[in-house]
Amino acid sequence: MKIDKSEKRVVGITLALIGLFVFSLLYAKGKYKSDVPECLPYDKAYEEPKINKLDSTTYQVFSVASMWQFQPAEIYVPVGSEVDFYLTSKDVVHGFNIAQKNVNMMAVHGAINKTTVKFNKPGVYDIVCHEYCGVGHQNMRAQVIVNYP
Amino acid sequence: MQVSKSFKRVIFLELAIPVALLTIGIYHGLMQTIYRAGVLHQTSFAKLDYYQGLTLHGVINALVLTTFFAVAFGHVTIAFYFKREPNKKLMWLSFWLMLTGVLMAAGAMLAGKASVLYTFYPPLKAHPLFYLGAALLIIGSWVPLFDWARMYNQWKRFNPETKTPLAVLGTLINFIIWFVCTLAVAYEVLVLLIPWSLGWTDTVNVNLARTLFWFFGHALVYFWLLPAYVMFYTVLPKVAGGKLYSDLAGRVALFLFLLFSIPVGVHHQYSDPTIAQGVKFFHGMLTYGVSIPSFITAFTLAASLEYAGRKRGGKGLFGWMSKLPWFDENRFLFAYFIGGLILFVFGGVTGIINASYSLNTVVHNTAWLPGHFHMTVAGPVFLGIVGMSLYIYSKLSGKKIAMPKLNTIIPYLWVIGMLIFSFGMSWGGLRGEPRRTNLGTSYLNPENPLFRADWVPTTLLALLGGIIMFIAGMLFILNFFATILGKKKNAGELEIPVSEAYHDEKRIPLFDKFKPWLVAMLVIILLAYVPALYNVNKNSGPGAPRFNIDNPVPQTSVKK
Repeated sequence: MKIDKSEKRVVGITLALIGLFVFSLLYAKGKYKSDVPECLPYDKAYEEPKINKLDSTTYQVFSVASMWQFQPAEIYVPVGSEVDFYLTSKDVVHGFNIAQKNVNMMAVHGAINKTTVKFNKPGVYDIVCHEYCGVGHQNMRAQVIVNYP
Repeated sequence: MQVSKSFKRVIFLELAIPVALLTIGIYHGLMQTIYRAGVLHQTSFAKLDYYQGLTLHGVINALVLTTFFAVAFGHVTIAFYFKREPNKKLMWLSFWLMLTGVLMAAGAMLAGKASVLYTFYPPLKAHPLFYLGAALLIIGSWVPLFDWARMYNQWKRFNPETKTPLAVLGTLINFIIWFVCTLAVAYEVLVLLIPWSLGWTDTVNVNLARTLFWFFGHALVYFWLLPAYVMFYTVLPKVAGGKLYSDLAGRVALFLFLLFSIPVGVHHQYSDPTIAQGVKFFHGMLTYGVSIPSFITAFTLAASLEYAGRKRGGKGLFGWMSKLPWFDENRFLFAYFIGGLILFVFGGVTGIINASYSLNTVVHNTAWLPGHFHMTVAGPVFLGIVGMSLYIYSKLSGKKIAMPKLNTIIPYLWVIGMLIFSFGMSWGGLRGEPRRTNLGTSYLNPENPLFRADWVPTTLLALLGGIIMFIAGMLFILNFFATILGKKKNAGELEIPVSEAYHDEKRIPLFDKFKPWLVAMLVIILLAYVPALYNVNKNSGPGAPRFNIDNPVPQTSVKK
């Protein structure tokens, strides 16, 4: 099969571009720990909302979504905290989006979602439910309040 | 080609019914942007709820219009290229199944009993008729494939050494993808959801249902796209006044779609629990695989258009563009196609961003997403569908287009509206604006404690784009029905433009048969989905009971 020179060039550039994309993803994954949520086996313990302080800058938050609230609704942590969010839903599917920190998870009945994020700057971070969950969906919001200790 | 009355009637109905329904679909599109911009601070308008309207918008525009058209256009291409009509009884059977399904689902949605959006994620429960209607629509759309396959086999027996016409190949590949991917959603609907919604089973595994849905959900977008691709490869070069740059490129692209359309669904579930990161990454890589046939198409079409422009006397690096028939009434399909392709450039690029694994966490389920997919499904898909519907109708009925000049302007008006809308949505998404949310009652209501001032400019842009698109859409519908009401000028015939190939490569047997590709398709699907389903099965907890949209307490029995 005869392939035109310019076509070969286009194929080469396409492959190189895709290679560059894949490399960038892997690089970001390693260097900036940018990753998609982790998957954990289901465990009933995560269905109880709570905030665990492991040490002065390490927290665990068990966030439970339900129609139409997140519990806990206000999460106070000091600047510099690293927070593990564990997420589940008591009823329908909900979303859990902290847009400023690229935290983006689905809360699903019978499943545990997990991600880790570090809050380096003080401020109020909105947690917005971004999956339609019934008539009260547009009111479903929680906040992370990051302040100096 | 002359066709029977019965054939004409099926095609007319399959083209006109969804265009009529579009009035509802497009109206609710406009309404979304009005609510979201905070113009309305209420939950419903004219007795229709925001989420009910959103469900109607998604189901009508993305499921009904696309499926009816794919079937009608399939009948048209198969009949036109084989010079034979498909089996009439099966054509009518398919039509009635689809129409019954649509009426059932429409009844449930209009009654407010199925405001679950077109993804119908459990455990939000819809009325059983909604699920049953969806299942009938799908089953009805399966019927023609088996008839077309029979016709193809007959044709092939007499023409073993002739290349299968590209349009026929595209139609068959599209419906094979559709058949395989809908098996998963049929299982979800018939086995998991209908018994559950009727109260025969108590709970449903939500994670399994979501994974089955997305086995179908991403291939669905190729089912929308491939009819448009068939038009771009086999019709566009002709109406542009040129030739298809390479015939083989089209065949390669189509077979790559067959391989990669389905085993990529988990890229919609990057933010989901129960599926391991490695499986998600693998699906991300396979999604890059499916971007290759789209790149091939983009380059091939650009070369075809350049050839056309130069043949029409265009000179210079970009000068050929000005010679293309942008506003030619007699080649109005060009305006619809090029409009769709302009949008698809942005739709494709934003799609690659979404597929890019952890980059998806920036945009998942934000307004960015509808910003992206409106530039695909409401770009090349929508413009291709409505333009081609009008073309086929006018040729087959022997009627003239009612408003020919306006007809060449409508697609560009749509493109302008869509670019403004999608820019607003994408920008809002990057600021965390959620999709599928009645923002007007909370986040875009200055009197509400949740008010977000940073989403005011983004939702206003979406509103402006929405108004322009609404006008363009209504003008199209007006033109379409004015054409139907017009006088017959001639007997009418089945006719679609046929592009010659500039490089008409020799027949390569591998690219003219299905078996090896179907085997490869199956292998890749198993590689991609066995681990995903294993994960879901292993990591899922108890199933979920039924929830109504307005009550956090589950329904224990279905009795009212």
